[in-house]
Amino acid sequence: MDLALSGEQEALRDTVARFFSKVASAERVRAAEPLGFDAAVWRGLADMGVPTMAADGGATLADVSVVAREAGAHLAPVPIVEAAVTNRLLTRCAHAVDDTTVRTLALRPATGGRAALVPGGAVAAEVVVLGGGDLLLVRPGPTGERRAPANLGSAPLADIDITAGRRSLLTPADGSAVDEHARALDEWRALTASWLVGLGRAALDLGVSYVKDRRQFGVPIGSFQAVQHRLADLATALDGAALLADKAVWTLDTDAPGAATFPAMAFSYCGEAAQRAAAASLHLHGGYGFMEEYDIQLHFRRAKAARLVLADPCRELVGLADRLFGPVETSTGAGR
Amino acid sequence: MDFSLPPEVEAFRAEVRAFLAEHVTDEVIERAHATGTMHDWGLHRQMAAEGWLSAGWPAEFGGQGRSPLEMNALTEEMYLSGAPVDGLGVASLVAHTLLIDGTDWQKRTVIPRILSGEVMCCLGYSEPDAGSDVAACATRAVRDGDEWVINGQKMFTTLAHEAHYVFLLTRTNPDVAKHEGLTMFLVPMDTPGIEITPVHTMGGERTNITFYTDVRVDDRHRVGEVDGGWKVMMTALVFERNSAWYGECVRLLDTAVAWATSARDADGRRLIDDPLVRERLARAAVGNEVANLLGWRAAWMAAEGQLPGVEGTMAKLFTTEHYQQAADDLIDILGPEGLRRHGEPGAAADGWVEATYRHCQVTTIYGGTSEVCRGIIAERGLGLPRSRSSR
Repeated sequence: MDLALSGEQEALRDTVARFFSKVASAERVRAAEPLGFDAAVWRGLADMGVPTMAADGGATLADVSVVAREAGAHLAPVPIVEAAVTNRLLTRCAHAVDDTTVRTLALRPATGGRAALVPGGAVAAEVVVLGGGDLLLVRPGPTGERRAPANLGSAPLADIDITAGRRSLLTPADGSAVDEHARALDEWRALTASWLVGLGRAALDLGVSYVKDRRQFGVPIGSFQAVQHRLADLATALDGAALLADKAVWTLDTDAPGAATFPAMAFSYCGEAAQRAAAASLHLHGGYGFMEEYDIQLHFRRAKAARLVLADPCRELVGLADRLFGPVETSTGAGR
Repeated sequence: MDFSLPPEVEAFRAEVRAFLAEHVTDEVIERAHATGTMHDWGLHRQMAAEGWLSAGWPAEFGGQGRSPLEMNALTEEMYLSGAPVDGLGVASLVAHTLLIDGTDWQKRTVIPRILSGEVMCCLGYSEPDAGSDVAACATRAVRDGDEWVINGQKMFTTLAHEAHYVFLLTRTNPDVAKHEGLTMFLVPMDTPGIEITPVHTMGGERTNITFYTDVRVDDRHRVGEVDGGWKVMMTALVFERNSAWYGECVRLLDTAVAWATSARDADGRRLIDDPLVRERLARAAVGNEVANLLGWRAAWMAAEGQLPGVEGTMAKLFTTEHYQQAADDLIDILGPEGLRRHGEPGAAADGWVEATYRHCQVTTIYGGTSEVCRGIIAERGLGLPRSRSSR
């Protein structure tokens, strides 16, 4: 048992944290809205080799998780989790990858020739889509084939018409297209969980520093138990969330028992913890928290959006139940 | 990072599990439940004989030198087995505190008898007007030559009716700040002047009120300095905050899953196939893993030589709050059948969910209420300003 980052991971964390502080400041995050993409941030990560670092076995998902957590903490306007997961999936399909190309995957199978609300889809050159039981690599053309709707999280989501534009069939080295997509999706769940922990902790930090400074009734509002206890619960939940995300990533890296359940558990719990932290922190800012000018609203909107882009959170829990307790029996039992 | 346990911890866990599987019979569990006394002398002495009361101590003090990871595995297995181990926990806590703050005489004569399972202790901290504010203790100890004369009353002296010693917090100086006038004693329960009145709880556990009238004890029963009782308390409290209840949470979920898998609705469908049931079972399972990880994180920090004060408090707070939420959700999925109490013929899940629903309410109270825990996390963990007067 070792719950600390390795020396190399600490160095990676410090490097990306410094990079995001400089290039993905709150001003830049705002400037990237509503699209939610900053090409300079992407280029910096590409120069560091982050998008493909775990594609060929050189680095682990745990290493990507270190980057994802910092990206979440800074709300970095790049689909880095999607790209890392997609590059791994493409490598398993013997498809060449590189760091500069923005790639993503549709989380849900395409229906009616359309992949809806694909994260990173508004800016990706290549999109992996599960359609009709096949894995397709779609390269949306310049016009007409994708639409990027304004959305709650100011994320580069897009609805993509997969019948137009260039596309090719991907063939996984082993395992079916559906299984490979499911594996990529679990990696996405675990890494997004880590991203959400970064966001949640940053939101909590904003709230904690605000209540230390803000004075009402002659004292800092952080001295009121009603305020303290809410923040203490969230600090506890986020510590638990961080451990759960770390364990989910570890189970995937090592194919440990729990690899089938922990990514879904982490995604569910980390999303809830991050969303609660952002909501409480916003609330504790009082009326200021509701103002666009204050940063906490950036966290608040993205926390919900990152959870909901996959599915109704309750349905995620029901899906987790399938993995924990076995599938639903469709035939009725001996009682009939 | 590595979430796997070292082989020696897994080996020790397997040893403990095999022992408990043999000795924690349904009869032991049922007897504890029926009497409300979460202590079983037979099991207690068998576990003492295994050396598990001092398993975490260095060999020079007669311990097994078990690491904090091995100790967490021991606690986890004890709770997973459903063993009535309240007495073991208190005995171990008192012995450990004596090892740090006790006199040579106490270490020589009392510790070996505790560790062998011959004698047991109970805790005399709480009073009618001193709960979370335990330093408000009013039970008086007045010096009389080589003796002390004790008068007062303690609440929730659980296991007093089985114990040989009470670890008693008293006030020896009423004229100084409240934390500075306290003294700890280890008082033999057969000393004249101690009376025990049973208190029966909603959870089915028996606890007690203990009354102390002109109780005379020799000074050698004092633990720590005169007026130095608060420091002794602080030593002892460190041993109380962890995620021990994780094992109970797992038993609760296992019970509910087993019930939902066998029970059928009016249309003959398994209850576990109902999405409303599945969602709550899954939610409980997620919380169990969080509780488990917070507990292991604190144990791992201790193994690394750090003091997990805030982290252990987080484990206690989260685990007990989650336990109550899970019990609430899981009794609900039983529907009206969840109302039948344990022991009633045909009770859903043998009434264990109903019993757990009552029992778990105490876990956010004892060993530091959730509010005390949140205060510690807010002040020591988040650095928020102190919220209350210390007078």
